[in-house]
Amino acid sequence: MSSESDLTEPVMPEPPGEPVPAVTPERVLAGLALLVPIVAMLWVSSYDKADPAVGGMPFFYWYQLLWVPVSAVFTVAAYLLINRDEKARKAARRAARTAGDAR
Amino acid sequence: MKNVNVPALVVFVLFFALVTVMGFLASRWRRADNAQHLDEWGLGGRSFGTWITWFLLGGDLYTAYTFVAVPAAVYATGAAGFFAVPYTIVAYPLVFLFLPRLWSVSRVHGYVTPADFVRGRYGSRPLSLVVALTGILATMPYIALQLVGIQAVLDVLGVGGGANANWFVKDLPLFIAFGVLAAYTYSSGLRAPALIAFVKDALIYIVIIVAVIYIPIRLGGYGHIFDAAAQKFSAPKSAGSLTVPGNKQWTYATLALGSAMALFMYPHSVTGVLASRSRNTVRRNMAIMPAYSLMLGLLALLGFMAIAANVSKGDKAFNSQLSVPQLFADMFPDWFTGVAFAAIGIGALVPAAIMSIAAANLFTRNVYKEWLKPSATSADETRIAKLVSLLVKVGALVFVLGMDKQAAINLQLLGGLWILQTFVAIVGGLFTRWFHHWALFAGWAAGMAYGTWEAYGIASPATRHFGGNAAEIPGIGQIGYIGLTAFVLNLLVAVVLTLVLRAVKAPEGPDETRPGDYSAEAGDDELENAPEPVAAH
Repeated sequence: MSSESDLTEPVMPEPPGEPVPAVTPERVLAGLALLVPIVAMLWVSSYDKADPAVGGMPFFYWYQLLWVPVSAVFTVAAYLLINRDEKARKAARRAARTAGDAR
Repeated sequence: MKNVNVPALVVFVLFFALVTVMGFLASRWRRADNAQHLDEWGLGGRSFGTWITWFLLGGDLYTAYTFVAVPAAVYATGAAGFFAVPYTIVAYPLVFLFLPRLWSVSRVHGYVTPADFVRGRYGSRPLSLVVALTGILATMPYIALQLVGIQAVLDVLGVGGGANANWFVKDLPLFIAFGVLAAYTYSSGLRAPALIAFVKDALIYIVIIVAVIYIPIRLGGYGHIFDAAAQKFSAPKSAGSLTVPGNKQWTYATLALGSAMALFMYPHSVTGVLASRSRNTVRRNMAIMPAYSLMLGLLALLGFMAIAANVSKGDKAFNSQLSVPQLFADMFPDWFTGVAFAAIGIGALVPAAIMSIAAANLFTRNVYKEWLKPSATSADETRIAKLVSLLVKVGALVFVLGMDKQAAINLQLLGGLWILQTFVAIVGGLFTRWFHHWALFAGWAAGMAYGTWEAYGIASPATRHFGGNAAEIPGIGQIGYIGLTAFVLNLLVAVVLTLVLRAVKAPEGPDETRPGDYSAEAGDDELENAPEPVAAH
């Protein structure tokens, strides 16, 4: 058991027994990625105008429609970041547990 | 009386027959060993992967009423009706933060409804009860409105018999549609709408894509469409505009935010989320749901096309709810009108089924088992839930037929406001146990009372009370969504009372959850001891 945990130790983001902190760069970035579309859409005065129109469609409409795929890109980014973060957390928890068993 | 559009009607009936067969066959689809567990009937065995969940949630959230009401609002008011687009854009990043936690804790403890979670987290029966009742109350008129969506289609198809037919002939198609829906929901549970959602969403996507390409070509391009809209809104007494007037920007933003926050408080949305197989399925779906938002945005543009196509034919009393069905009937060849109407009709069945299942789950778990018969077994729960799902649908039918249609629309607006008042207890509870359950109860009561009272005071040309959902925000002086103002009041009351109750060391209920439960994923220790859902094989 203990030899196994020794082998996997080098890839651990934290030494075994110490949990990953609540605030990590991944979590902060993911939070920002989620915040951007919300702020952009609630800031109505930034897009509440008719010009420039594209293909006859006033700015107000095509700008908001454009934000649908853009927001999806931000959400996918947040998904990938959080996935990474959770993997690191899981690995740290496992390491802590194996270390606890070995003791 | 209008002539019946026979080719369209035939296509419509064929699609309807197809989904009926699918609905009944669904009970055999991915069937599990133990059909008597409520997880099976009410949550599809908690087994749905990413794509099924995507279709299910899409079928669930984008309802027939949405297809009719969003373009109708754009048709009548222009830019103000477009708030549905920022609403859906804001919704997914927002719920990305807390839905995975709700999935995990529900999976660990076997919660079926949001009120189950509140019960487990705060150990408070009264708080859990009001969360459950708010959910049922908000869902009922929503189911009723799905009928309004079907009625709009039937009206334009020419069946429904017009205003002078007797009430039975007039409403016979509705009776049939809902009878069939009730029967297969009863026998197949959540699997029926999950399977039918594939057909519904495929039809909707086809119809919308064809509509936004074909109709503008026939109408002379988007430039011409928006010119026609600008001309309509420039009339002296027009209620609409092509951009949001400066004093309405707050309304636009608060409606988008408040509606987004309310979206996943609805029991039927939570049902769709809890039915998914894993925590990551939930997250992935928040990233791919915007495909539906794009469709909704394009759909909203149909309101302008209806203006340019002059669907009202100059009739001053034209019902804007009919603008999109009428647009399809005027523009498309008859057979494709049938496809489009089938999309709307089936679009009513999927959410109506899920909503009735969600309301039935709430009643069974949080009223029946909690208060009436604590000894109920899983099999009892399933039996009661099936019966209640029937009752809920009959109730909705009586509601639409017996009462004014306007009452259903008013109540649905109120429903959004009400359901938003469960946000503090549910989402707050997912992150912290700091709030005291009686403070949350008082906050809920304050939000409900304030919101309902404010809404009561709003008149519109169609109705004397409950005629809108925006009023002046106290202290800010702008016009904003009442639901969001009530939510802020709710939160303030909850915070202040929690401080007071903590200062006097008021007793608290037990918390059966542990911090690790909120991040549990399939394969973790927390799930190994969890009540095992009868997994599909």
